[in-house]
Amino acid sequence: MSLLSVRNLSVAFPTQNGWFQAVEGINLTVNPNEILAIVGESGSGKSVAMLALMNLLPPQARITCDELVLDGKNLLQLTATERRRLNGGTVAMIFQEPMTSLNPCFTVGYQIDEAVKTHVGGGRKERKEQVLSLLESVGIPDPARRYDAYPHQMSGGMSQRAMIAMALAGQPKLLIADEPTTALDVTVQAQILELLLKLQQQFQMGLILITHDMGVVAETAQQVVVQYAGQQVEKNSAYELFNHPHHPYTAALLSALPERALPTGLLPTIPGLVPGQHNRPQGCLFAPRCAYQQARCQTEVPALAQQQQGWIRCFYPLETETML
Amino acid sequence: MSEVLRAEQLCRYYSVPQGFTKPKAVVRALNGVSFNLQAGQTLAIVGESGCGKSTLARALTLIETPSAGELWIDGKPIDFTHKPSAELRRTIQIVFQNPYGSLNPRQTIQQMLDEPLLLNTTMSKSERRQAVATMLERVGLRPEYAERYPHMFSGGQRQRIAIARALMLKPQIVVLDEPVSALDLSVRAQILNLLTELQQELGLAYVFISHDLSVVERIADQVLVMYFGRVVEYAPKTTIFARPQHPYTQALFSATPQARVGEKRERIHLQGEPPSPLKPPSGCAFNPRCRFTQTICKDELPELRNLEGSQVACHLAPIG
Ligand SMILES: Nc1ncnc2c1ncn2[C@@H]1O[C@H](COP(=O)(O)OP(=O)(O)OP(=O)(O)O)[C@@H](O)[C@H]1O
Ligand SMILES: Nc1ncnc2c1ncn2[C@@H]1O[C@H](COP(=O)(O)OP(=O)(O)OP(=O)(O)O)[C@@H](O)[C@H]1O
Ligand code: SF4
Ligand SMILES: [Mg+2]
Ligand SMILES: [Mg+2]
Repeated sequence: MSLLSVRNLSVAFPTQNGWFQAVEGINLTVNPNEILAIVGESGSGKSVAMLALMNLLPPQARITCDELVLDGKNLLQLTATERRRLNGGTVAMIFQEPMTSLNPCFTVGYQIDEAVKTHVGGGRKERKEQVLSLLESVGIPDPARRYDAYPHQMSGGMSQRAMIAMALAGQPKLLIADEPTTALDVTVQAQILELLLKLQQQFQMGLILITHDMGVVAETAQQVVVQYAGQQVEKNSAYELFNHPHHPYTAALLSALPERALPTGLLPTIPGLVPGQHNRPQGCLFAPRCAYQQARCQTEVPALAQQQQGWIRCFYPLETETML
Repeated sequence: MSEVLRAEQLCRYYSVPQGFTKPKAVVRALNGVSFNLQAGQTLAIVGESGCGKSTLARALTLIETPSAGELWIDGKPIDFTHKPSAELRRTIQIVFQNPYGSLNPRQTIQQMLDEPLLLNTTMSKSERRQAVATMLERVGLRPEYAERYPHMFSGGQRQRIAIARALMLKPQIVVLDEPVSALDLSVRAQILNLLTELQQELGLAYVFISHDLSVVERIADQVLVMYFGRVVEYAPKTTIFARPQHPYTQALFSATPQARVGEKRERIHLQGEPPSPLKPPSGCAFNPRCRFTQTICKDELPELRNLEGSQVACHLAPIG
């Protein structure tokens, strides 16, 4: 049985000129011990979709969903309080900015201890041991000393580690990491990613990794979802996606990467811009920028459908053979 | 080819307060950096956050005065005791790290691009208007955008505006501080192409600061790797990518994820994190994180020396 199953999740925000559809009809399945990456350009709805799962969006957001099952529980039937209780327990989230989860006014040890107290329990001494072992497992040197440190006394990499320790405190079955390494240096990023993968294995967690770094995706994920303007346009195994992208957007995005393009001459680019609230196309959202679009793409909306090896939202997906 | 930029042992120190009781500390943000750059070429500067890349950019573009060292722009030595001439300032321009913060929100694009011409040239109003229109077109923006304000543009468009502004005075050298880091993948490719085209067309020399090695590999001719204010490796691009010599460069290159499945490289694990600028390690600044450290590394500062076509500051190289 899958750990997480989401069907047809949509999120809209009220604006001065009506509703803005930030997330549209998202489906997700994450199995225990699986790493799923969500990629897409800024504003494609990656964070909003995850915040909707965690029930962390502001109240004015309009969220609709046909199915939301986590670890066998139907979240749609739970009250807000019951759902909040799952956060930090069954499911935990880590963010790009450690300071969004760590409170600058309390020591790191105290904050992790609070999380252990809420989600696991145990006596004071037991919990302290648990916190120290968490700090140790995220690679913080000298945990006993760091226990009493305040977040601002630690470097970016160290506070990221502390935040991961806090996320793990409730022994989550699903960990959602939203750009966990974007703010870090390359060498520190490598350390943190390595750590996340090790812990994911060790605790047999499902992991949803949000990033715009295709390199990170290629090296870590088993399954990949590509989002464009709030929609999923392609879902596939990492191997298939990187070797045979089928959606024209995925293909265009990958070929625009300097490391995948021919070494000389200009880089392939995608003309135009991501649609905004007021110029959302009628048909396929990618049609105005798509090199393969036909008349039908302007008027009809393609559905995310199982085609070839993966799920693709396109009337004219690229065949494996036509790919370079 | 002619040399348009030369730096010799450039240094820039900052004194930073440490609270009321302690004396001010000195941060050696830039600590003896030397290189030269030919017309039409691109020198990439790479290194971790805080290693002094932006400090170097500000020194090169005469925004800040170096604490020590020498600089030649277009063959002329710079006299830092005098205010740089308008002529000199025109020669070298900068595109700042943050495309959102670097444009004045109260100026239209027209005003923004017109300003350098107004201050530095004797062009008439209609000539300037024409020059702005030509430049907008050149960087791929529509002429009618001239009357709009920065907030009406996307990140990629703002970066085009920043590039346009840097080019208004027809510089020979442009210093680009992380010009594509804040941009989305597809926009990044557009801006990189624009920079390539402009370089070919105008013979520009670029100092290109970036932490993205895939971008560096694509556009650089020379690569200079900095660590903690110093050059640890300086080499032609093909040489350094074929064989990184310094242990830090090796770790950095191996830590960069590749957007390919199934080609996972052997990764060099670095211990720890970059040192605090207030507590510089003795000897080689990389020694606390290096996997090869010997006694000499803790005692002596390694000098840059020639090694198989690269300049490397490591006691033990060749190694690894
Ligand atoms: N609270 C909110 N009210 C209104 N609009 C919002 C709100 N939060 C997000 N949005 C909008 O929803 C869209 C999706 O945002 P989201 O943060 O999910 O993007 P993302 O894919 O995570 O991008 P990034 O890569 O930049 O993090 C954006 O256009 C954003 O402006
Ligand atoms: N005006 C200043 N006063 C004091 N210290 C400064 C000043 N400007 C920079 N520094 C310090 O100098 C060092 C180098 O900073 P710099 O901004 O040049 O790094 P960078 O390589 O550009 O980093 P990043 O990749 O984060 O942009 C840092 O330790 C920084 O804190
Ligand atoms: S000098 Fe020593 S410490 Fe520095 S990089 Fe070389 S081997 Fe490592
Ligand atoms: Mg986001
Ligand atoms: Mg900088």
